[in-house]
Amino acid sequence: MFKTPTGEEIFVIDGHTHFWDASPENQRNIHGKQFIECFYAYHKALSPKEQLWPLPQFEKYSAEQMYNDLFVDGPDDMAIVQSTYLTEFYKNGFNTIDRNAEMAKKYKDRFIVNGSFDPREGERALEYIHFMKETFGIKGVKLYTAEWKGESRGWKLNDPWAYRCFELCEKLGITNIHVHKGPTIIPLDKDAFDVHDVDHAATDFQGLNFIIEHCGLPRLDDFCWIAVQETNVLGGLAVALPFIHSRPRYFAEVISELLFWVGEDKILFGSDYAIWTPRWLVEKFWAFELPEDIKQERGVDLTQDIKRKILGLNAARLYGVDIESQKAKLNKHAVRVAAE
Amino acid sequence: MDTFLRDEEKVAEIWERLGQVTDPELDEPVTDLGFIENVAVDRDGGVDVEFRLPTYWCSANFAFLMADDMRLSLSTLPWVREVRPQLQDHMVAAEINHGVRHRQSFSEALKGFGSADTLDNLREKFRRKAFERRQEAVILALRAAGYDDGAICGMSLASLDLADLSRTEGAYQMPRYRALLQERGLAAGKAFVTYNGRTIEPHELAAYLQRLRAVRINMEFNSALCRGLLDARYKDLNQAGATHGCASECAATCSPHMSGPLALQA
Repeated sequence: MFKTPTGEEIFVIDGHTHFWDASPENQRNIHGKQFIECFYAYHKALSPKEQLWPLPQFEKYSAEQMYNDLFVDGPDDMAIVQSTYLTEFYKNGFNTIDRNAEMAKKYKDRFIVNGSFDPREGERALEYIHFMKETFGIKGVKLYTAEWKGESRGWKLNDPWAYRCFELCEKLGITNIHVHKGPTIIPLDKDAFDVHDVDHAATDFQGLNFIIEHCGLPRLDDFCWIAVQETNVLGGLAVALPFIHSRPRYFAEVISELLFWVGEDKILFGSDYAIWTPRWLVEKFWAFELPEDIKQERGVDLTQDIKRKILGLNAARLYGVDIESQKAKLNKHAVRVAAE
Repeated sequence: MDTFLRDEEKVAEIWERLGQVTDPELDEPVTDLGFIENVAVDRDGGVDVEFRLPTYWCSANFAFLMADDMRLSLSTLPWVREVRPQLQDHMVAAEINHGVRHRQSFSEALKGFGSADTLDNLREKFRRKAFERRQEAVILALRAAGYDDGAICGMSLASLDLADLSRTEGAYQMPRYRALLQERGLAAGKAFVTYNGRTIEPHELAAYLQRLRAVRINMEFNSALCRGLLDARYKDLNQAGATHGCASECAATCSPHMSGPLALQA
């Protein structure tokens, strides 16, 4: 729970978190090493100095630390934890759904665990979607279209097998499709960042929500155009939001573009934990105001109502979280823990 | 062959030429971005250009385009016999360095990775974005100088050349915008047309600029991100020297066109 300086309680759903193991023991090869070091560069480049972690801690952290950073020291009420396999880089995977679900089990009602699939596996991808639904009850997945696999150098959301997977997702109520475009996964030789396939899939699957992580960056402009046309295309704020500290002007420009083109109901807060921790992000975001000239030029504002939506209400809508009953549940756990 | 140039002069010429090579995605010179690590010349007209990118994973296609553009740009110097761009710390550094040195296409250079694509479409896509970003800066400078939309849309390139854009982003972008107009055979007509050469009517200009704004903001944001990542990746190795690129600390105060971020070390 985030308490504003005036005492208001804001319900926060962190739309993008990870529980990874990128320790040297788990790295399979140089790619595994370079992958986490790239994440670490994001961490170093955009975090306030006092928030910097040493590399070994960043490579692998405990469930207790994650819980503390998100919910005790941090302002999150709930967090969506994404699954990323990368088994070609990491012996036991980077953060598989099994690892995430195991962690989430300890902290009742805190985590929404998302799955992942690769449509290039054909029938096996369909079987895996069934498995994830039955075993973990997933409502969402995170997809990496730029990932290499065997001979393939990536895939598109409008590939025939991707459509088969989406049909199944729709049928099973797995309605939230988080999509990661490009950076930090080996890019394919065409254009790893191209977002135009989102357009086709979103048109053809009106029952699904497509949440484009990092709001399509480095293709914010292309993404905005698609999100204007498709009501079921949303943007995740990870990577853009930390600029609020080091480059507030750039953050103001990006968020004003998103508000103008994409709209206040379709933007989700995400810390991208453990690249960044949510406390400073939420504090700065709540305190942030758009510069007057940007407000005027773009004709948008970042009001407190809009901030509430971005911090939690939008994600609650997507994931069917009833905020009042969720608060009651979390309070009950807190009382029980206090009594023990 | 010009044997009168001293090595320092040759190196200076190399840097000057490298200043014309851009990162296609950011439309900024690789020298401003801090990508060039070292330049060296040998007695036989060979040139080594060591460069590095913000991450190990930066797109192979963009890395290849930059290396190949370096080769093309430097090869036109009369004393240069061979250009050897040397990308470092990158997932396909060996393939790109070998391929560019031997004048292979992208798909030949990366055939071990199953690449079958040419980079023409990609190059075109980013040519368009560069055109739009440069154009927007010039238009905004004119608007700030008091020109109305009718005057801007009706302006010829010759009269634009006479406009005073001093000390604005538009002044920096003006010759770069002009160069792209020329390249596309659009220099004879109106100063402001779409990338495909279509006239922009005054009543369309506001909506047109809204789209261009998103192009610029995206590029500026990416540039800041790339500079920050490059700095985070290499800062520890360069503690002794001045910081290069835009470290996150220098925040909004530093200009996107800082020049010569790395000292000439050759």
